[in-house]
Amino acid sequence: MYAQLVSTEGLKKPEDMTPAERAFQERIDRNEKIEPKEWMPEGYRKTLIRQIGQHAHSEIVGQLPEGNWISRAPTLERKAILLAKVQDEAGHGLYLYCAAETLGVSRDELMELLHKGKMKYSSIFNYPTLTWADMGAVGWLVDGAAIMNQVPLQRTSFGPYSRAMIRICKEESFHQRQGYAIMMKMAAGTPEQKRMAQDALNRLWYPSLMMFGPSDKDSVHSAQSMAWKIKMNTNDELRQKFVDQTVPQAKYLGLTVPDPELKWNEEKGGHDFSEPDWSEFFDVIAGNGPCNKDRLGARVKAWDDGAWFRDGLVAHAEKAAARRAPVAAE
Amino acid sequence: MPSLPDMNTPDVAELAREAAAHSHATEIPTPDAGQDAFFEVLLRLGDATLILGHRVSEWCGHSPALEEDIALANVALDLIGQTQMWLGLAGEVEGKGRSADDLAYLRDAWDFRNLLLVERPNGDFGHTLMRQFLFDAWHFELLKALQGSSDPRVAEIAAKAAKEVAYHLERSSDLVIRLGDGTGESRRRMQDALDALWAYTGEMFLADEKDVAVAAAGIAPNPRDLEAAWDATVRDVLTEATLAIPESGFAHKGGKRGVHTEHLGYILAEMQFLQRAYPGASW
Repeated sequence: MYAQLVSTEGLKKPEDMTPAERAFQERIDRNEKIEPKEWMPEGYRKTLIRQIGQHAHSEIVGQLPEGNWISRAPTLERKAILLAKVQDEAGHGLYLYCAAETLGVSRDELMELLHKGKMKYSSIFNYPTLTWADMGAVGWLVDGAAIMNQVPLQRTSFGPYSRAMIRICKEESFHQRQGYAIMMKMAAGTPEQKRMAQDALNRLWYPSLMMFGPSDKDSVHSAQSMAWKIKMNTNDELRQKFVDQTVPQAKYLGLTVPDPELKWNEEKGGHDFSEPDWSEFFDVIAGNGPCNKDRLGARVKAWDDGAWFRDGLVAHAEKAAARRAPVAAE
Repeated sequence: MPSLPDMNTPDVAELAREAAAHSHATEIPTPDAGQDAFFEVLLRLGDATLILGHRVSEWCGHSPALEEDIALANVALDLIGQTQMWLGLAGEVEGKGRSADDLAYLRDAWDFRNLLLVERPNGDFGHTLMRQFLFDAWHFELLKALQGSSDPRVAEIAAKAAKEVAYHLERSSDLVIRLGDGTGESRRRMQDALDALWAYTGEMFLADEKDVAVAAAGIAPNPRDLEAAWDATVRDVLTEATLAIPESGFAHKGGKRGVHTEHLGYILAEMQFLQRAYPGASW
């Protein structure tokens, strides 16, 4: 999931709702899509802006850890695939900012909030990509975890967000397959390649589990988002599903999931597994992950260094418009 | 440290002149104008797209607007795709079983044949755009001519690449015009970029014996024949951009025969790292 800890107000009981709020909730319960110009409670709008904005920022910041290996991709084909993938992430950012704009917030405003540290992006992108195998593991685990959350969001109640998700999920599932293809190659490669693959899994396993957000027992703000169908499943449900899906994939690769407690639980029909270190998660969220400063610094630098470029284009557009405008009557 | 004593005799200049008068000009053997020249010209094409693609890809995630991140990734992707085709054909023509990847990842700088222009560092975004425009205007004319190549493989690759490059040129021309005729600062930056890069454009039109041989065989145009059209495009765009065309006709050269700037070594050190560190591994 690319949106974690999106705060929202407490769940409203039907008897506390205004007639408009009740009618709105009934539409959601009937699975009707809410469209931008229709009435919506202010809390719904704000929560969606936070969630979509955080998701968009994650796509944009997410270009950096993978962009880190484009210039070192080991073959021309891998380089082309990675370029295309990172380009897709930028494209996802673009649709998501557009979806957020339909709620009345501009891309520039959202960027400014990101740059000032007032909006977050997913904790996962604050981890470094240290070897080529990380390009495989990011696709396999990180995109895999993102899809796990985004597939249900194709049915989310807000029309533009759900439509963006449909398109994004198609591309993400291709990304996940390309990541897994890299892992297969590495896991079946030389001893050094296999070591890189195992090392990538060791480093990225728990950060991937953190992508779903804190455990349900500590996640107090989900109820209203779930009633509004902005959030479709609980954090723990999705994490369980991700582990159950991923463990056999790791086994197929001949790699070991770095969790000695991991075992199949026949009774629950799923794996038992260790929770990530949540104190590390909260450190990363607070800005103390291995790459927080570099990632945000790179984005702020790109924005600041590019100000003259954006201003230049605006100035030209104004000049061109003035030249096109009819000469004022004498 | 004491200065080194002068080891020369006082009449060194005279001795040198005498020696020169008696020397026999060494005949530099002309390489086989057939496959050898064809291979070389294909390397010049593939190395230019490879190195420029590398430079452009360095912007991924760092450009001034999201649309630019997307567009630059697109341009880099096209250039890397063209590299696969040109270097693939180069390996075929060479006939020693080298693949496009072997040529990209296992040659050292002196065997690279790209123009010096494409290895210039990115600089600011204006610099990157100006480099792209000057290159695109040449690349466009080159590919137009290559579509009429006597070698059908060359004509086919050129036809595919020409469609992509027509878009690259449209985009880079448009941005050069907008930024040249934008704010005072954007104009200054574009002018600085033009002034810095201008001396790297002359190399595009130099023809050596390999170019001549390949042109005589109808495989590729003589680089000199591309200059007039390039010049017309560049003048039109720069004039509309309100930029002053530098007067100096000086041209840095060497890329086409493997004498590069210091930058290429670092590009290759980065690009070739995995292939060099783990020889023979399959990725």
